[in-house]
Formats: sequence, structure tokens, C-alpha cells
Amino acid sequence: MAGRGRTRSDAGMIPDEKALETIKKRKGAILRLGGYLMRYWPLLTLALVMNIASNGLALVGPMLSGYAVDAIEPGLGRVDFPRMFRFAALMALFYVASALLSYLLTVLMISVSRKVVYQMRRDIFDKMLSLPVGYYDTHQTGDIISRVFYDIDTVNESLSNDLIQILGTVITVAGSLYMMVVISPWLVLIFFVTVPLSGFITRYITSRTKPLFRERSAKLGRLNGFAEEMVSGQKTIKAYCQEEDTIGHFLKKNREAVEAYYRAEYYGSIVGPMVNFINNLSLSLVSVFGALLFMAGRMSIGQISSFVLYSRKFSGPINEAANIVSDLQSAVAAAERVFKLMDEEPEPADSPDAAELGKTADGSQTKPVREHVEISHVDFGYSPQKTILYDLSLTAAPGSLTAIVGPTGAGKTTIINLLMRFYDPQSGRILVDGSEIRNLTRKSLRQSYAMVLQDTWLFYGTVYENLAYGREGISREEVIQAAKAARIHNFIMGLPQGYDTLLLEDGANISKGQKQLLTIARAMVLDARMLILDEATSNVDTRTETQIQTAMRKLMEGKTCFVIAHRLSTIREADLIVVVDHGEVAEQGSHRELMEKKGFYYQMYQAQFQ
Amino acid sequence: MKKILTYYLKPYYRRMALGFVIKFIGTIMDLLLPWALSHMIDQVIPSGHREEIFFWGGFMVLCSVLAVLFNITANRMASRVASDAIYTVREDLFSKVMYLSCQDQDRITRPSLISRLTSDTYYVHQMLARVQRLGVRAPILLLGGVAMTMILDPVLSCVLLATMPLLAAVVVAVSKKGIPLFASLQSSVDSFVRLVREDIAGIRVIKALSKEDHERARCDKINREVMEAEQKANMTTAISNPAMNIFLNLGLVGVIIAGAYRVNAGTSQVGKILAFMTYFTIILNAMMSISRMFVVISKAAASAGRIDQVLSFPDEREIRPLEVGNNNPEQAGPMSGCPHIEFDHVTFSYNKNQPNLWDISFRLMKGETLGIIGSTGSGKTTVINLLMGFYRPDQGVIRVNGQDLASMDLHELRSRFGAVFQNDVIFENTIFGNITMGRDLGENQARKAVSHARAAEFVEEKGGLEQQLDIRGANLSGGQKQRLLIARALAAGPEILILDDSSSALDYKTDAALRKELKEHFQHTTCVIIAQRVSSVMTADHILVLEEGKAIGYGTHEHLMKTCPVYQEIGNSQMGG
Repeated sequence: MAGRGRTRSDAGMIPDEKALETIKKRKGAILRLGGYLMRYWPLLTLALVMNIASNGLALVGPMLSGYAVDAIEPGLGRVDFPRMFRFAALMALFYVASALLSYLLTVLMISVSRKVVYQMRRDIFDKMLSLPVGYYDTHQTGDIISRVFYDIDTVNESLSNDLIQILGTVITVAGSLYMMVVISPWLVLIFFVTVPLSGFITRYITSRTKPLFRERSAKLGRLNGFAEEMVSGQKTIKAYCQEEDTIGHFLKKNREAVEAYYRAEYYGSIVGPMVNFINNLSLSLVSVFGALLFMAGRMSIGQISSFVLYSRKFSGPINEAANIVSDLQSAVAAAERVFKLMDEEPEPADSPDAAELGKTADGSQTKPVREHVEISHVDFGYSPQKTILYDLSLTAAPGSLTAIVGPTGAGKTTIINLLMRFYDPQSGRILVDGSEIRNLTRKSLRQSYAMVLQDTWLFYGTVYENLAYGREGISREEVIQAAKAARIHNFIMGLPQGYDTLLLEDGANISKGQKQLLTIARAMVLDARMLILDEATSNVDTRTETQIQTAMRKLMEGKTCFVIAHRLSTIREADLIVVVDHGEVAEQGSHRELMEKKGFYYQMYQAQFQ
Repeated sequence: MKKILTYYLKPYYRRMALGFVIKFIGTIMDLLLPWALSHMIDQVIPSGHREEIFFWGGFMVLCSVLAVLFNITANRMASRVASDAIYTVREDLFSKVMYLSCQDQDRITRPSLISRLTSDTYYVHQMLARVQRLGVRAPILLLGGVAMTMILDPVLSCVLLATMPLLAAVVVAVSKKGIPLFASLQSSVDSFVRLVREDIAGIRVIKALSKEDHERARCDKINREVMEAEQKANMTTAISNPAMNIFLNLGLVGVIIAGAYRVNAGTSQVGKILAFMTYFTIILNAMMSISRMFVVISKAAASAGRIDQVLSFPDEREIRPLEVGNNNPEQAGPMSGCPHIEFDHVTFSYNKNQPNLWDISFRLMKGETLGIIGSTGSGKTTVINLLMGFYRPDQGVIRVNGQDLASMDLHELRSRFGAVFQNDVIFENTIFGNITMGRDLGENQARKAVSHARAAEFVEEKGGLEQQLDIRGANLSGGQKQRLLIARALAAGPEILILDDSSSALDYKTDAALRKELKEHFQHTTCVIIAQRVSSVMTADHILVLEEGKAIGYGTHEHLMKTCPVYQEIGNSQMGG
């Protein structure tokens, strides 16, 4: 079946659809980009008017200079000074006005494109925060970053430069062509030779260079990737004495990158001289035929002069057009990537009648929260094809400690993802105090938990800001108290500015264990009624762990707690131990019950003392 | 910048000079055209010879053809030189990075090294190519254009020259204002990127604490900041084009007026005014190229400086082994009574300020196992770093087979080890390639290592040894990665095995099975094992308990359980004893 399907697609049906699809996508991207721009339509209209005016003014210049030259032309003693001065003054006026307008136009377009970029970045960031957490597990950070910054920048560059240029080009080309026809229709015939010639050459060059430029970026990307990987693994490379070997590999990639760059340049470097050549050729032909026409008395020197200047204006942009088109193509491709991220499915919104946890559905009246959590017959998989949890049920009584244990990859963290409603189960229900969590607002549900994860996360800010992150308006005293309880106060006081010390990116200036203590302190600051600890102390050495044990107990006191841990010793006192294996609950019960049962838990427990 | 220009371009000076000459001729050809036009108008037309018009037309076409040929040739030569030069720069830089001592690497930091290897070399490459092309052409056009006008009519040319200081002033003023604006824009963008990166990393926490609005506000603030900085920088640099246009075109008007007087007085001709106008366009374009060149060069100069800085660090290979005469008892192999590894009162500090290890001593005989345990930051990994020669001890001596480490060749030393580090790296390669790491190992050895590391099952599941792994082993779980790394360490049958916290992602069962495997098949291998779990080290021959860089306990498990309170505490907490 599958084989047959492939043959059919080879026959050409699917590729056609695919091509259609890309065209549709491209069109969509352009329309949406247009949508962003159209918000500023008054400014854009103004820009359009200014663009026409500025290019128009610039077009008058050569004409005026031609008249001025004609006034000089009679030569010795017969120069028509008043006429010359009039045109010279007009020239100056027009050139200054044109330059001013073009500056104003640039400023206008810069501010429009800035606004568009600001809006796009804002929208994309909004989207990022509303995406389900799983998106970030399956997409590389580097790729997302490059969409938010480099792709949007590409779009912006093209908006602020190319749009103006295209308009300007059209006006200049049309205007100078018109002027040239007015001056001398015969001389214009020259362009019937040079324009197709230059069109042919640019086409030839772009068709040659396009794949070469693509290859150049690809090879450079590969070289950069390799360098990054090897620098990250430098210690390992040293340990295995592979420096020479690695340098050899690098040189091979380096050679490829350099050659690809050269090959692209080889053709790319033709463009400039070729454009110039066409211009020079036009100038030669205009000179010869202009001179002939002059001798026949059908053209003045001033007209030849204007014609030469117009011909320069005329052929310049035509050659630029090829560049602009390729710029626009890359801008549309970048816009597609941006919109793709914007179109990702967000977390489904809270249902309109969602209640706040702890309040009745109709509003303000609070009922006491007891935090009775029940998971009932839940099936779940991150993708529908691959189920991770099967028919999972467990009940956590208010104030109880539930431990989830099991081998790596058994689905422990997935349970936490469901409890926090980072994901919704495919079937089955999760209840908190009897209300199904689908019917609660995410905010109220999540705020009822404090969470400490294995991946400690700290942001660029002071220690104090990091600790107070979860609770606005908390007093410094309370923060310090939490830090003391988490046994991190002394460490903090040892930092250069104490609680006001700036933590660098991802807390690079402190150790992993200290980071984890800080996140524990952050959870202590929260006044949540339920607690999730996912390998919360895995990077804290056991001795420190023992020391903060008291604090942890205090933190957990009276709260409904869920704990995931490798170290089985830490969870022996749990009220309920749930052993998960391959997505199913293998056993559950207290430590004593499970040890007596001599099942899976017993084996795991024994293994650590072998 | 200087080093790149002098050292790396030196082999190409001849080719560059030749390219320069070719470019020069080509550019002169470009410059001859307007002159030919003026000649036609002022000399040929009045004479009325049609053939001469065609002759001069032919001359112009010839110049155009020569110009295009010479310019393309010169451009290609320039690209070749730039590519070849940057190849060598990258080669030297990468080799230097590979042989950088860990101490220096810490100083520069890894992300910085990576960006020097990637974006900095790219900017320099771009600069080398562009400056040779446009950087040569633009000044020639500028000077040549001025020279041609001088020949045509020195007086009119003075009018044009009068605008030059104004143009130069525009270029200087704009770049003086613009460059710092772009620098501050770059730092705003950097912090914006950091914020986004941070939020992606912390998305779970942000959602769990319902801080989306807070993050939105943070983002909005910096987004606005970037927008404003960008606007300011761009608007400043946008002045230069219209301003240059105004000055040059006003100069043109000046030429027409001055020309009118001179033509009237019979000291000049109308064709010359015409040629002047064309030269003006050429000069204007040349000026604009030069102002763009400033940006490219200033960007590349910063990059070249950063590359240079790395190149000036010493090479690890240049650190010669010490001649330690008295201390070299056995050239022909370990003496029977001599310990395999010995730390003799070793003290070390990374920042040479606060010691990270303090007076550490221990001896391991061949085939013995040392377990190191202690809290985070107690100096466990530092012991490994010193043992493998990544750093040199400040005081004390480390001996392997009785020989002082300081007198040993680093490669010779390291080839004895198989090591798994904390957060060790999986490379984008096949499973086989990741195990052999370029060493001369056969498939059999790799297979054996995989089975010893208890990785056989998942390797088969993934598709065998030839299976390609993603960058950083993204398609493996934490436990799988660790087992693969252990297989790498075991594959060559190392004399000394180092395992630094390399079983933390393994569940107890796998961990225990692995230990059993090591015991059975590697009894002649001396092992140093760093662990957080007592169970991982309790069977070791010696256990070193570290706290804040000091040894607070040394001995067997039983001994330590009796004598070392800290060890007791750890043991009890983990085993509930």
C-alpha cells in the first residue's frame, strides 16, 4: 500500500499539490504582512506621496541641467547668463528639496517598519507564552530565537529598504524613460539592445549563483555547528587525545566552507562589473548616436547631456531590480517562518464558565480548600499515536505525601505535567476537591501548587528578585526567612552584594546545587497549598539534603505533596508510594506494605545496597 | 587587525599587488569614458568627421570591455586571496582553541570562543573580500575622477574639490555618531535575546507561577527599548545619503555657473561641463561606497581584535614538560612496589586566591578503586582535573607510575585514561564514532564496551552501532547517554578509569549491574569514581571524603562509617541505616 502510494506521488500528483500549497502559504504570508503594514496606512500613504514627489523632483534635475548647458552652448561671449542662472537656481532648489524629501521618507519608513517589528515581536512573544510547554521540548531554542530575531529583522530590512526602493525604481525608470522619449525617441532605441542584454545577464547570473549562495550558507552553518560542538566537548577531546584528529575534521569542513564561499563569490563578483559594463555600453552608444544626431541638427548639446544623465538613472535600477527581488524572496520566506510560529496551536483557553479553585462556580463565595486530589483512569500520550500513561488512577488525601517512583522514562514527570495542566489527558479525569480541573481556570489551579523541578531555572536579576518571583509584594523579611529555611542564607550573605547580587544568565555564577537550593527557597516563599517536588534535590549532595530535610518537612507540613525521587531513602515516609513502570501503576502502597510484597519496589530498593 | 593584515596576508602580497594593478587598469578604463565623450563633443563634432565619431565610439566600447574583464579578474583574485587567508586564520584559531589550556579557556569562556570561531571569522572574511574589491575601486574612482577633472579643467575642478571637505565632514560626523548608537543597539538586542532564551528555558516555572503577564511586561519594555535604539541609530545613519547628494549636486550647480563664465570667456568648452557631470556621479557613488566601507571595516576590526586575543594565548603543547631528574626511577614500567597513582600534599586553586583543594594526599595501587564523595563544590572534580593534567597543582606532586606528572607529555599521560565527565558530551556522529572517538578501535571492541556498559539493549533498539546520533545526543535519554559515555571510556581497555558523577541518571538497578560488570571485567583497571550515592562508592578500596577542598576522611567504607561523622551522616541519610 505504502509503496504504491509513493509511486503515485512520483507520477506527479502530490508535488503539484505541494507547489500549490507553497504558493498559498507564500500568498498568505504576504497578505498577513500587508495586514501589519496596513495598520499604519495613513503614514504609508504619506510615504507613497513623498516617494513620488522626491523621485519626481530628482528626475527634473537632469532636464534643468540640460537647459542650463544649452544656455552656455553658444560659447565664447554669447552665454545667456540670466537663463543659465535661472536654471541653475532651479536645479539647486529641486535637488535640495528632493534630498530633504528622501530623508523624510526614510525616517517615515524607518518608524513604520520599527512599529511593525515591535508589534510582530510582541505578538510572537505573546504566542510563545501561551504555547503548551511541550512545544519547547520538541523545538530547538536556537531555532525559535532565530525566528524572533533574525527572521523578523530580515522582514524589517526588506520592508524599510526594498519597498521604498521598488517604488522609487518604478518611478525613476518610468520617469526617465518618459524624459528620454521626450528628448529623443531615436536614441531610446539603444535601450532595446541594452535592457534585454542586462536582463539576460542578471538572469543568468542569479540562476547560477542562487544555489551557490544557498550552499555557501549551508556549508558555513555546518562549520559553525561543528566548531560549537567541539568547543563544548573540548575537555573530552583532550581526555582522548583527539585534538589533531578534530583539527583535521575541522580543516575539511573549513576547506568546504571556504570553497563554497569562493564559488559563490566567483559568480557573485561578476554582477558589479557587468552592471557597470552595460552602463558603459549605453554611454558609448548614446555618445556616438547623440553626436550623429547633433551633426544632423536634430539634438542640442544640452539634450545629449540630459539624455546621458537620464540613461544612467534608467539602467541603474533595472539592474538593481534583480537584487531586490531576491531580497524580497528571502523576506517572504522569513515571514513564513515567523507566521508558522504564530500559528502554533496555543494551550486551549479556559472554558468560559471555568471556576476559580476554591470558589464556587457562580462567583465570590469561597469554600475551604482541602486539596483532595484524585486521578481517575487517565490515558495520555504527547502524540495520540504513542500513549505514555495507561489507565492511571491514584488518590491523594488532603495533607498527604504521595511519592512517585520508577525507572527512567516510566512517565513520572508526565504525571506532574497533567496535574499542573500543562497537558490535558486524552481520557479520564483529574479532580481537585471534587472539581474536574478542566473546569477550573489554569491560573487558580497552578497557583495552588508550589513546584520545584530538577531543571533549576533562575533568571537574570538579583537573588532577591529571583526568590520573590512567585509572590508579588512579599516583604524582604519573609524572603530572608525562606532562604534561611532552605539553608542558603549564609551562602547568599557571602555573595558580593548579598541579596542584591546579580545572578548572571541561567545563574552561571553559582553551582548547580546552590541553584537548586534557591529554587527551593523560592517555593517556600510561595504560600501554595499543594507541593510538587520533581527530583528537587537531585543536585544537592545528600549531606546538604539532610540539613534541609527539616526545612523541607516544614515546607511540606499540612500540604498535599507529590514527590518524584531517585533516592528511595528520601521517600520512605510517604503516605502513598506509587510505582510507575512503562506508563502503568505497577504497585502502590506504603513503604512497609510494598517491602513486604517483595515486588518491583522491593527490588529497586534492594538494588541500591548491592 | 594588524596581525591579520601583516601575518596572514603576507603570503598573498604579490597576488594582491597584481590584483591591485589589474583593478587599477580596469577602473581607469571606466574613467576614460566620460573623457572620451567630452572629447567627441568639443573636438570631433566641430570638425565634422563622421568616421572619427565611430572611431571614438569604438574606443569607448573597447574601454568598457576591458573594464569589465579586468574588474572581474581582479574581483576573483581578491576572493581567492580572502578565502585562502581566512582558511589559515580559522585553522590557526581552531588549533589554538583545541590546545588552549583549561585555565585560559575558563578565562575566555566557551560561548565567547564559539562566537570568535564563527561570527568573528565571518566578519573578517567579508571585510577582506569587500575591501579588496570596493575598498580599492572606490578610492581609485574618487582620486581618478578628481584627477580626470583636473586634466579637463583645473579651475572647474576646484569648485568640485570645494565640496570634498563638506562630504568628508558628513561621513565622519555620521559614523562618529552612528557607531556608538549601533553599539548600544547591539547590547539592547543582546539583553532581549537573553530574555527570550531565559523564558523558553523557564516556561514551566513561568506557567506554574502564572507569571505570563509579568514576563509580557518585561518583554514589552525591552522590545520598546530595542525599537527606540534601532530607530535612533538608523535615522542617524540615514542622514548621510541625502546630505552627500545635496552637497554633490550643489557642487554640480557650482560647476555649471563657473563653467558658464569660463565658456563665455573662451577658457573652457561645453563638452567639459558635460563630462564633469558624469564624473560627479562616479565620485558620488565612490563616496557612498567608502562610507559603507567604514562600517564593514570597523565591525571587522573589532572581530579581528577578538581573534587576535585568542591567538596570543599560549598553546598547551608549548608548556614543556619539566625536567625532573631525580624523580624518574622507572623508564621501563612500574616498579612492583610503586603506587599507580599518587597525590602527594597537593594544593590547588583556580583563581589563585582561595584554594579549591588543600593538602590532598592518597596512593592507589594498580587495580584499586578510589571513591570520592562530598558535597557540591567540595573539590571532587578538581581532583580529576589535576590528575588528567588539565590544570597544574600549585603545590605538591602528582605521580603516575612513580613519575611526576609535570614531567610527562600530556598526550602520553591522557592516553592511559578512559574518562566520563560530569555533563559529558555526545557528538553528532554514529554510536560507533562516539565510542571510538577517532581511536583505532575495532567493531569488536566497541561491541564489548557497549555490553560492559549495559548499553547493548538500547543500542540494538536504536538501530545498532552505525546509528547516527543527534547533536548532543538529543535522541537519547539521560541514562542512555551516560551508558554510552561509559562505553566510550571502557572501549580501549584503559589503564585508569575516571567516572565523574556518571551514573546519576541511572536507576539503582542499572547502576548496580554496571558496577558488577566493572568488577568482573576490569579488575586490573585503576578506577577513580566520583559519586553522590554512598552505594556507588562503598565497595571501593579507598574512599576520600572531601569538604571545602579538604580531606575530612579517607579509608574504607567500614572505617569511615566508624570514624568520619560526615560520611556517617551521608550514609545514614541514603540508606536509612
